[in-house]
Amino acid sequence: MSDNFDRFKKCAVDVLSVDEAQVVPDATFESLDADSLDLVELVMALEEEFDVNVEEEELEGVNTIQAAFDLVTSKL
Amino acid sequence: MSNRVVLVTGGNRGIGHAIATRLAAAGHQVAITSRSGEADDADGLLVVKADVTDPDSVDAAVSEVEEKLGNVEVLVSNAGITKDGLILRMSDDEFTAVVDANLTGSFRVAKRVSKGMMRGRWGRMIFISSISGLGGQPGQANYAASKAGLIGMARTFAKEFSSRGITANVVCPGPIVTDMLMELSDEQRAAFEQAVPIGRLGQPDEIAAAVEFLASESAGYITGTVLPIDGGLSMG
Repeated sequence: MSDNFDRFKKCAVDVLSVDEAQVVPDATFESLDADSLDLVELVMALEEEFDVNVEEEELEGVNTIQAAFDLVTSKL
Repeated sequence: MSNRVVLVTGGNRGIGHAIATRLAAAGHQVAITSRSGEADDADGLLVVKADVTDPDSVDAAVSEVEEKLGNVEVLVSNAGITKDGLILRMSDDEFTAVVDANLTGSFRVAKRVSKGMMRGRWGRMIFISSISGLGGQPGQANYAASKAGLIGMARTFAKEFSSRGITANVVCPGPIVTDMLMELSDEQRAAFEQAVPIGRLGQPDEIAAAVEFLASESAGYITGTVLPIDGGLSMG
């Protein structure tokens, strides 16, 4: 699990230009200054990194790092 | 002078071809799409088969360009068709087909290449519209609709992707000497020549010159604009 979270963190750091320290499970994307385009970019990066597919509807209500991480790992 | 990866849809002939050859001559790596996958004069150009009305075809074509040249940095969305007819004789299908190829097709391609542009934090999207889209044109309700639609769409691309160093602009050619113009009658062409303040038809390279500028680094502060290149036809 922690290996996946590290990979997830790396994507978030790359795409959102935040410090690794900010990428904690209950951080909201809002608190990370991520706008909707950032989220789209993050999802694209995660899809590539984990080789998964995320449908538009599944992003509904995904507001925190934990929620996004859970969504991605649920597809592995 | 930077060397960019360029994709020109419908770059096998006419305005698209003039744009492709001009950008290639300027040192860019240029790919063109055509429905047949072939082009008569493709010297120095990568020819890729694509039908912009088919999402899978668009995806495959862009993937091929990405593999062979790299992420698309400059998109010239030029592929387009006409199915002219007076409104009362124009079928739903004829209307839809032109909108699907010209407008939705542009959306498909632009959306597909925007991912790579976002990653690279740099992009130039130039949509080839038409003065028809600005002022309407008898016999072209479908074409004019599709070309006018490009303006609202391009401006939305401009606003959604502005934070990523991507600009999106629209060029509106007037009557330009190409196969598409030859489909009009002699009288229609003559009427254009009469109506154009500059008094002649335009050449494809005159469109290509403006596109070359909009695709350049220098045009980085220009986005969401609509540039008629029409000898003054759409003035006033």
